[in-house]
Amino acid sequence: MNPDLTNPRADEVDAILRRIPFAQTLGMRCEVLGDEMTAILPFQEKLIGNVTIRALHGGAIASFLELTAMLQVFLISDMPRPPKPMNITIDYLRQGHAKDLYARAYVMKMGRRMASVRAEAWQESRADPVSAIVAHFMVAQD
Amino acid sequence: MNDDKNDPDRIAAVMREHVGLMNSAVPWGNEVGFEVTRVEQGHVWGRQPWAENLVGDPDTGVIHGGVITTFLDNLSGMACTAAMTKLRFVATIDLRIDYMRPAEKGLEIIGEAECYRVTKSVCFTRAWAYHETRDRLIATSAGTFAINKPRFGSQSPQGKTQA
Repeated sequence: MNPDLTNPRADEVDAILRRIPFAQTLGMRCEVLGDEMTAILPFQEKLIGNVTIRALHGGAIASFLELTAMLQVFLISDMPRPPKPMNITIDYLRQGHAKDLYARAYVMKMGRRMASVRAEAWQESRADPVSAIVAHFMVAQD
Repeated sequence: MNDDKNDPDRIAAVMREHVGLMNSAVPWGNEVGFEVTRVEQGHVWGRQPWAENLVGDPDTGVIHGGVITTFLDNLSGMACTAAMTKLRFVATIDLRIDYMRPAEKGLEIIGEAECYRVTKSVCFTRAWAYHETRDRLIATSAGTFAINKPRFGSQSPQGKTQA
């Protein structure tokens, strides 16, 4: 097996996602390759926030991005449990259309107590993100 | 219906009349199950009940932060509409949420949002999520919202067509 493509944490990320009821409510899943993870939120009617323009709800997009950021911190760390969020700032850049949404997160700083993470969600093109977040997580396991 | 165009509470009054519609018209809002309970000028309150399918930490039963984000985003947007004297809807530009402490398993969350400044094109908001009273804070938020231009042919609350 190629060690660069197989991360033992990948199965744990999947197991965590399946154990979180709210992640199941959203209906998201993740694909992990090494230390890179792409999260996928398949479109469902219940994710709509505005029925007139058929836009995804900003809260659903933010929830998806927060979970993606949390899982990315877990993936690249050796924490026994996923980290707890301290804060999250969301930029709504474009309307989320009634179709699948994808996300990736980058851990900008992994400290001893905190991690600072950026995550972006896109649809047609990764260069045109729908929303982006910056989130801080507590990584100290006291 | 309140017909005085200069009454600053006019839109909030329209929202109070249609609070049932506001609660049922948002699919993702229905999924997470929050409801608006009170509307005043520039100020909106709501409740978010605890539910198993909203749990973010299966070990403690704490509701996921995304539920609180959804709740405060929605209430803040409504507070913007309730702050205006013409019927205008808004879109979130950005929203910051600070998590003060985890919500307790099984307890309902109260949400309160305030639009404290309206400019020509932008509204500024702050909001709180708590158990029972504001001294049991779960999260706070600060947001900015863009005021959408009225759509051509849309109806004003008086029934006249706006350009």
